[in-house]
Amino acid sequence: MKYSYYPGCTSHSTAIEYIEASLAVLQALGIELQELPDWSCCGAASAHNLSSTLALGLSAFNIAEAEKLGADLVIPCAGCFNNLARADYALRHDEQKRRELEELLGFTYSGKVAMLSVVDLIADPRWREQIKALVKKPLQGLKVVCYYGCAVVRPAEITGVDDVENPRRLDELMIALGAEVIDWSCKVDCCGGDLGLTHPDKATVLVNGIVDYAVAAGADCLVTSCALCQANVDIRQQRLPIMYFTELMAEAFQVGDRARWWKKHFNDPAGLF
Amino acid sequence: MAQQNFLAEVMAASGQPINLCYQCRKCTLGCPMAEEFDFPPNMVMRMVQLGMKDELLRSKAIWMCVSCETCGTRCPNGIKTAPVMDVLREACLREGVTPADPVTVDFHRSFTDSIRKFGRVHEATMLLSYKLKTKNFTGDLDVGLKLFLRGKIPLLPKKAKNLNKIKDIFKKSDL
Repeated sequence: MKYSYYPGCTSHSTAIEYIEASLAVLQALGIELQELPDWSCCGAASAHNLSSTLALGLSAFNIAEAEKLGADLVIPCAGCFNNLARADYALRHDEQKRRELEELLGFTYSGKVAMLSVVDLIADPRWREQIKALVKKPLQGLKVVCYYGCAVVRPAEITGVDDVENPRRLDELMIALGAEVIDWSCKVDCCGGDLGLTHPDKATVLVNGIVDYAVAAGADCLVTSCALCQANVDIRQQRLPIMYFTELMAEAFQVGDRARWWKKHFNDPAGLF
Repeated sequence: MAQQNFLAEVMAASGQPINLCYQCRKCTLGCPMAEEFDFPPNMVMRMVQLGMKDELLRSKAIWMCVSCETCGTRCPNGIKTAPVMDVLREACLREGVTPADPVTVDFHRSFTDSIRKFGRVHEATMLLSYKLKTKNFTGDLDVGLKLFLRGKIPLLPKKAKNLNKIKDIFKKSDL
């Protein structure tokens, strides 16, 4: 099955291990990706703080590129996914904004290309049996808490999340790998986002509140699909490894250059396996 | 009259039914940053209703909001606070009001300058620009070094191809 693919800026910086793990897992599942002919930054959290036109324009730039390929767009980074899905929502529902963006970017919006996070793509039940069949080394005995954060969750009409207060798709994926998933209170809490760069002391407070709950729940590690959550929570505490969900899938499938990915973490996860 | 105009302007620009807010405070109870706000989210909604434009544009609240959208998700009246904050931030900058939290604005400007230049973010030069703007050279230096040693801060930028179109987007945004 073929999809188009938006790497995002963190694919060659802070989230290298996430992208490599995601690509390894999608390849194992036989999912083919074609990178967009050209792509820009989605604007992250900065564009919308300064100008809504900039935020929509940058994200729509990439939707226009995806329209050229005509296949549903896979967006691994949670922040990029949120921004592109938000622009797609505006293009779909706001005729005036659609006309402005079409004129600015010189394209015609067909609305035929869906915006998909990697979770959207492979947490779908139709992949479940294949995922189970690919597990070579079940994550037996590994206690995990799934941390969804903000960007793949809110607002629900844009993310398409299964449950805005208690999402379960990552939990179900981890169960399919044989991990022991623990219920906990902070699934959709905010890690502080950009505060990690602007007010690190405040991000540290939020991060440690989340990790307190994860530790109290008895977790060996925290699982996320968001590059900013991973960075904030990994950098600002020394109690728990913070894993991308595709890293754990790759470990269970025994694919990819895992030893190298573990070295990119602040809290070394090698001891988990 | 002025206060009604302000409410109408913010409602139109954000697309949010701010007039429906009846101060239940669910937004503030779920807000991870409310302690850092000078006016909590429920009060921001009330101040928009009352047309307290100057106070809002000068507030710290609009810059400390991290747009986690917990508030909007839980509002019984369907008001999304985050887009309202975006409208207020944009008005603050457009009207030349000094932002109450300049560090945040410095960061977003450094970040978007990088996009303007490369079409993508180049962390090394973006962070240098941010450090120069804030003159805080030692903060989180250890974190930066550790990221660099883990190969997470590349030295060379990667660029988008169509930089002219990126420039058009910035021009259209008055940035």
